[in-house]
Parts: sequence; C-alpha cells; structure tokens
Amino acid sequence: MAHSTDLDIVNVTKRFGAHAAVDDVSFSVAPGEFFSILGPSGCGKTTLMRMIAGFEHPTSGDIRIRGKSMIGVPANKRPVNMVFQSLALFPMMSVGENVAYGLTCRGVSRAEAEERAHRMLERVGLKGFGERRVTALSGGQRQRVAIARCLVLEPTLVLLDEPLGALDLKLREHMKIELKQLQGTFNTTFVYITHDQSEALVMSDRIAVMNQGKFEQVGSPRELYHNPATPFVASFVGETNRWQGEAASASNGAISVRLPSGAVVQGQGRAGQGALAFVRPEAVALAQDSGALGNLPNRFEGRVSAVLFDGAASSLLIDTVGFEQPVRAVLPQVGPLAGIEVGAPVHVGWTADAMKVFAA
Amino acid sequence: MNRPSLAWKLYIAAFYLFLFAPLMIVAIFAFNASPFPSPPWRGFALEWFTGSGTVFGKPGVLVDPIWLSSIGNSFKVAIPVALLAVLLGTVNAWVLERAEFRGKTFLAMMMLWPLVIPGVVLGISILAFFSRLANGLEDWLQTDLDFLRPGLGLVVLGQLSFILTITTLIIAARLRKFDRSLEEAAFDLGATRMRVLRTVTLPFLWPALIGAGLVALLMSFENFNTTLMLVGSEAPLPITMYGQMREGASPAINAVSLLLMLGVGGIAGVFALTSKAER
Amino acid sequence: MTMRPAQRLALFLLLAPAILWLGLLIVLPHVEILILSFSERVAPRVYAFGVGNYLEFFTEPLYWRTFARTAFMSILVTALTLVLAFPIALYIARVAQGRLKAMLLLLCLLPFWVSELVRTLGWMMLLRETGVISYALRSVGLANQPVELLYNDGAVILGLVYGGLLFMIVPLANALESLEPAVVEAGYDLGGSRWTVLRRIVIPHAMPGIVAGCIIVFMLTVGNFATPVLLGGKNGLWFTEQIYAQFITRFNWPQGAAFGMLLLLLSSAIVWLGLRLTGQSLGTTLKQA
Repeated sequence: MAHSTDLDIVNVTKRFGAHAAVDDVSFSVAPGEFFSILGPSGCGKTTLMRMIAGFEHPTSGDIRIRGKSMIGVPANKRPVNMVFQSLALFPMMSVGENVAYGLTCRGVSRAEAEERAHRMLERVGLKGFGERRVTALSGGQRQRVAIARCLVLEPTLVLLDEPLGALDLKLREHMKIELKQLQGTFNTTFVYITHDQSEALVMSDRIAVMNQGKFEQVGSPRELYHNPATPFVASFVGETNRWQGEAASASNGAISVRLPSGAVVQGQGRAGQGALAFVRPEAVALAQDSGALGNLPNRFEGRVSAVLFDGAASSLLIDTVGFEQPVRAVLPQVGPLAGIEVGAPVHVGWTADAMKVFAA
Repeated sequence: MNRPSLAWKLYIAAFYLFLFAPLMIVAIFAFNASPFPSPPWRGFALEWFTGSGTVFGKPGVLVDPIWLSSIGNSFKVAIPVALLAVLLGTVNAWVLERAEFRGKTFLAMMMLWPLVIPGVVLGISILAFFSRLANGLEDWLQTDLDFLRPGLGLVVLGQLSFILTITTLIIAARLRKFDRSLEEAAFDLGATRMRVLRTVTLPFLWPALIGAGLVALLMSFENFNTTLMLVGSEAPLPITMYGQMREGASPAINAVSLLLMLGVGGIAGVFALTSKAER
Repeated sequence: MTMRPAQRLALFLLLAPAILWLGLLIVLPHVEILILSFSERVAPRVYAFGVGNYLEFFTEPLYWRTFARTAFMSILVTALTLVLAFPIALYIARVAQGRLKAMLLLLCLLPFWVSELVRTLGWMMLLRETGVISYALRSVGLANQPVELLYNDGAVILGLVYGGLLFMIVPLANALESLEPAVVEAGYDLGGSRWTVLRRIVIPHAMPGIVAGCIIVFMLTVGNFATPVLLGGKNGLWFTEQIYAQFITRFNWPQGAAFGMLLLLLSSAIVWLGLRLTGQSLGTTLKQA
C-alpha cells in the first residue's frame, strides 16, 4: 500500500537528564523528497537522526515510517539506513563485501548478494571496484560506497549525517551535485543533516532549521532565504546585515526602527519594544550620487572601509553614518562602481520590503 | 643536535656490542666440543643438542629427559596462561572501554596494580593464600586438593595475576581505537548483535588478540620470580636453568638457551608481521 | 540512570573475570600475607597476633642491612641505567632516521625478550674465573693467572643495569620522540648552547619518560632475584633472597610475609616518592612505558 508520507515525526522529545536535546518536534517527509535538517552543532539534529535510525529512543512522541510506528523496533529491523559522518566503511572488508553486507545479513545467498552489490556499484559509477580495499579509495569514491551500501537494501529512507564534512572544499562542491543527482535517479527519500547552510540550500527540496532542540522553520530553500520566520533563521541562513534598535512606529506590517544613533530605518515585520532588523547584502543598492536612490525609503551616506574580493561572492564593507557596524553590500562586478576602492564615498539604500524586522 | 659527534657514534656502537656480547657468547659456546661451557675453543660439535652422552658423559638437550620435560612443563604453563590471558583480557578490555558503572576508575587503577608489585611478593602472597584455602577446604571436604598446592596449576594462576594486566592493556588500547560507528553501521544494515561482533568487532581486534597472546606466551615462558615461589616438583624451563646454573652447568644449558633465543626470535618475527598488518 | 535486569546481568558477567582475578589473585593474597606477617609462633603450630616478625627485622643486622643495601643499590642501578640509556634514546629518537631507527630500536628489544636467565648465563660465562674475559686477558699476557670478575658488587650492578636498559630506553625514546624539532631549533636560534638546550628544553620535555623509566627499572631491580644471586653468589645479599629463604628453605612463613610486606612498602614508597617529586601520575607514567 502506498502511504502519502514516508516519515512522520510526531511530538518527539528526547531528554538527557534535565536537558531536552530534542524538544517536541513534529514533521513529515513525503516519498522521494530530499529533506534537510540544518542547525548549528549541538542543536539536537544528530540526536533526532539517531532516533530515526533507532540508536536512541525518544522520551516521548512517535516515529512512524510509512505509517508504522517504530517505537520498540531495533535499528537492525528498521527500513532505514544511514550514511555515517565518518562513513563507517568496514576496513576489514573489500568494497564489494561492504555493499553486500546488509544483504547477507538478511539471508540473501552469497552469490546473489555479490551480484546485486556488483550491479549497485555499477549504478553509482564504481564498476569493477568490488575487489578493492576500502582504504584504497578516494574520498568521493568512499562516499559513493557508503551510499551504495544503503541503497542496495532499497530502504524507505536514507539518513545522511553530514557525510560531506570530511571532504575538502572542491570535492564537497562536486559531491553536493552528485548526491542530488543520485537521489534523483534512485528516487529514494533522503533525510540529510548538516550545519552547512550551503549544502542544505543547494540539495534540498525542503529544509528544517533547528535550534536548541526545536524547529525554527520548515520550508523550501527560497522561503527560508527570502522569508525567514525567526531572527535565528534570518541570521543562520545566508549572509545578512543585522541591526538592533527600538520599534518607533508600526502599521499594517510596515515598521520603523530607531537605531541607537538615532537613525531611523523602514522595514517589514513586527516587533515589541526592542527590534532586530535584517537586510541581505545583495538587497543593498549602491550609487555614486544620492539622486539615483531617490525613491528608496532607506538612504544613507558612507565611505568604503574594505573591499572583500571573492569572485562572484565579493562584498564591500561601508562605514555608514548612523550605523555602529559597517554595512555589507555586494560588490558590483560591472558598471561605474566595479572598480571602487577603499575610502571612496558611496551612497547606500534599500527598500522597506528587503528589511525584515523581528522582536528582539 | 642532528650532527652526532664521533664520540657519540662510538658510544652507540660500544653499547650495542655490550648488549649482544653475552648472548653471542652463550650461542657460540653451545657448539663447543667441550664438557665445560668455557674457553678454550675445542672445535665445532652438535653434541650438546643431539648427542647421546657417550662423548661427554651427559646427553644433549634434545635427548635429555630433564630438559625435555622442563620444556614440556613450560608449555603446559604458557599455553593455558596465554589462552586465559587473551580471553579474560578481552572481557576486561570491554569493561574498561565500553561498560559504564560506578567505581570504574577505581577498578581501572586496580587492574594496573599488579605491575607495581614485585614478582616475588606476588608469588609468596598467592602461595600463602592458596595454602590457607587448601587447608580450610581440605578440613571441610575431607579430601586432598593438590591443585591448590605448589605445582603447575598454581604457577598458571601466579603468572596470570600480572600477565592479565598486560593483555588487558594491549587489547583495551586497540579497542579504544575502534570507531564505534562501524558497529552502528553494521547494526543499521540489519546485522544482529552477534553478527556485528563476529563480522566487525572481532576482525578489528584480531591483531591485538594475536599480539597479546604472543606477549603472554613469552612472558610466561621466561617468568622466573613468581614461578620460583609457586613451583612444585615439576619445574618449568627457567627453574631448571636456575638450578643448573647454581650447580655449574654443562654446555647443554647453552644449547637450551640458543633454542630459546631462536624461539623468541621466531615469535618476535610473527609479532612484527601482525603489528605491520595492524597498520 | 536505571538499568534493566538484562543489562545488570550483562554488566555482572563482564565484571566477573576482573573481580575474580583481582579478588582471588591480588587482594585476598595480600590480605593473607599482611595477616601472616603479624602472627607470631607462640608454641608449635600455635600462632598469635604480634609484631615480632617486624621486630626481628630491625634487631637482626643481617636483615635490615640487606634491606638497606638492596634499596641503595637499586637506586644506584637506576641512576646508572638512566645515564647510560639517555644518549642511546636521544640518538634513536632524534638522530637516527627511517630504517636505521627501526633497526636500532628492534635490536634494543631483542635481547630483552630472551629469558633473564640466558642473559645472566652470558655474563657468567664472560666474567667467571674460567670465563672468556679471564681467558682473553691471559692469552694476550695481561694476566698470568685466572681472574675472577664474578661474585662481587660490580658484577651484580653490571647485570642489573644490563637488565634494566631496555625498560629505560623505550620510555625515554618515546618521550624524546614527541619533542618537535622546531622547538629545539628555536632553542638554538634564541642563543642557547648545546648544554642549555639539553638542560632547559630536552630534559624537561622528556621528564615523563625519565620518571616512567626510572620507576620501572627501580621496581624490576628491587624485585630481582636471579641476577644478584647468580652474579653475586654469597656476596649478592639481595632482599628477595631473604624472602625466598624464609618461605622455602626455613619454612618460616610469617617472617617471610613480613619481609614481603617490607619489600612491597619499599617499592611502593619509592614509586610514590618519584611520582610526587616530579608531579606525575601513575596512569600516565605507565602509559609512557
């Protein structure tokens, strides 16, 4: 029978002593979805994942896979397989034996297990690697073996615990794409945990941002980036400018925030007495004369204090009158401002829509 | 400091000469065709290995029942010691690395303790305790309990008392290096607990188990201090050698020593190979 | 955390070998000799509590002199071993490279896997009146009659130092190995002489190894039996020999037990003192070795 969800987490709480590592979390993952749980280390995402795998047991709540409760089902009996952070390839076995391991545990005959492992290795692009020692593989190849070892069992759900953490930057970028493609070809549900927002943004269909045992927001990468629900999400996902001030006046979603210097900025959102305002660097418009920014509600004068050149991700730090910290903006790659130097005067501005305001 | 002076190099050379001189002398004189283990050199002979005793009045090692039986006794002690030390050492290592309970630090300290006790003291304390035990039990059961009296059984226990510390440490060190996620991965892939142990944990521990077993075998074979206090009428090799050395031995003892060196060299070779495989 | 009964049983089964081992082979036997050492024979086969065995030790000069001699010679042997082993360990750890290093260390290890008795036999064959050195001296004309080099304190010290060398070299080499070459180079760069670098940088860094080596060598030396007896003969006078004599030859177990306790006390006291003076702990020290 087809169930409309592969995984349901229902009010799951896990306590270690008085500390709640996972605090009343609920969510569902649809079949074929690439779902990520993003959060800083210690936010409880690993504990949550280990509960799904069956290595930890929830203090309360239910974990259902295709509608069946997994409470009391040991890890070796769950239709869930995990790619470990360290990959945990068995060094005492060959690549082929690693992939066939789960099948032989299920009682599949040796010959058939080998045959299926062989086919699986072929599908992940490791044809002819069956006899190699796992220690003789490159980082990317090891990665693929770890995933093949899970996929060969045709699990309902594959859990991935920051498997790209140990790779160097170039390979990590490459593996992000490869992992996404792999998930597409096999059409298996992936639950991926990471502290790296770029990994989550690039690969996921949906992301849950987790902090201190709770989910802050669940949504598509674009939703999280453009419409963060909480200040934590706004600052954790993507680069941003962040200012603290007092709510000056508010009406109908529009809000003015008075900064400690007395400067007032216009934004969108809700706040009580204290307010936090966030603006993405790419939302900050730059101009050589203030007239070009005439229609923007937020306009300020500043001077470039640093040019942080990083190719497409280059940015400028601008010492701006009224702001304690420099305003960060994207360095224009073309046009009159592309060659701007430290010390040059510049005008900055942004729309009220681009600035998200939250209660502090 | 990377340019060693000539004096330093000479010192190193002299040191290694000093290290090997006694062993070389022992080995060389095993082949001397003389009734006494001393110079002058009277020609090469294998008499002290295989001779029947017609030439020098005493038989060679490989035919002399005294030597053969003491070598046999040494094996009778060393093999059970090695097997028990590896088996129990593995359980102990598990306790040290995996179990959680109150008083674990204390237990770990206690396990190290036997290393700081002089061998002679270990010997007499076990002798005294087991004699009291034997006396008490014999009175109560009205039967003889010879295995609690000095003899090979007690020697096994006496050697085990400190060799267990060594094997525990060797196996625990290996277990500490084990990545627990390997076990979890196997379990996650559907293996039962027993299967995880058999297919993942034990294969990982294997080099350490072999290594610990060989170390235990060697330590048992050459132990003298503890054994001396617990030995009965059947003497293992070191006890026999000691007795002969006090009386003034024939070169047969050189022949025994050479065999020992070759045996140790062989075991050390196996050990080096397994520890290479470990890496 | 509360445990389920199955977990309790598993823990109990895991702990059983350790408890049996430490209880039956270490703790109870030591309790036994402690009790034994405080029992005096008041009539044949009748014993009573008393400190007579310890009084006997202090009143009989042979006993306490042997004890003091054993302690003093063991300290001397430990110091000599340290001095002899340090240049070797330094060479192995910091000068030798690659295969030479592995070779030197392996060559150090080999003789010590051979029985102590074989090594002692070698020294007896070298040193005794009819031995190799005496014979060589006569053949080259440096002596005109057999020279007895055995059965004196020198021979005993030689044998004991020889026996302790490995246990000094290995921890020393391990400790010296972990010293970063850049630190030593910085020492020279900042104007240190060979001697100041050795004294201010190398030796302090090697301290854990030095303590570990000294403790092990001291314990092995003080508890040694065969080497002083065989190389020293009647002049060997080692305390372990007294224990053996009381236990096996004279069958005076309470007296032997008291000697055993004293030896245990001596070795524990020196180990404790060594650790205390240098601020090391037993666990880390044993790990060095």
